[in-house]
Amino acid sequence: MSLRSPIGLVRGLGSAKEGVSHWWSQRLTAIALVPLTLWFAAAIAGHVDADHAAMTAWMSSPITAALFILLIVATFYHAYLGLQVVIEDYVHSEGLKIASVILIKGACIVLALIGVLSVLTLLFEG
Amino acid sequence: MATTNRPLSPHLQVYKPQLTSVLSILHRGTGVALAVGTLLLIYWLAAAANGPESFAQAQGLIGSWIGRLLLFGWTFALFYHLCNGIRHLFWDGGYGLELPDVYRSGWMVVIGSFALTIVSWLFGYFGGGL
Repeated sequence: MSLRSPIGLVRGLGSAKEGVSHWWSQRLTAIALVPLTLWFAAAIAGHVDADHAAMTAWMSSPITAALFILLIVATFYHAYLGLQVVIEDYVHSEGLKIASVILIKGACIVLALIGVLSVLTLLFEG
Repeated sequence: MATTNRPLSPHLQVYKPQLTSVLSILHRGTGVALAVGTLLLIYWLAAAANGPESFAQAQGLIGSWIGRLLLFGWTFALFYHLCNGIRHLFWDGGYGLELPDVYRSGWMVVIGSFALTIVSWLFGYFGGGL
């Protein structure tokens, strides 16, 4: 017999045994993405016709590189969590569901990695 | 248990589309579209890291009429998802859940995302760097 109270046994868990961590991570990345997206939109609008020299000059600043890396990490984390929910809602075959979620997670990691490494390359080139 | 082919809830096609339902579906739709759009962002960054030739090619692709059309769609998707995401964060905090408030914030999101899309494109064409 457990001495823990009924509320103590269920608090923060739920059927997935992970509690609210998915929901919470989605909100935290959303909050982080509010200022990052506004910066990104303004920055991109200012660099739409940039040539390579202008691009490397801009990206040689550690501030620009840091903001890009934060944007990339938060975006792909947020996208992975969101796409996972979409897949879980519409894909009903258990095997296909797990396979698609793993595939999406892998794709997000690979794309984020390419993005971060590209930013670092531009940072150290400039 | 007997299985029948009864129509299941939510049985969406019998409902008249409302601002609330359309914005909700659009939030998910723009989210998926933006996830696809990250491919362009990463391609753009990787092309820049790869050198002047690849970057010129990427800028040419993005600057073409089809590239601009896609970018315009993604700009709207980004601002819509941003504005409606902020609306969702207020709801998560327990604010603005009364029906008149939900409609008011819904129209604010629609107006805000169109306005931000147009302003950022004007800035892109006529503005300086940042």
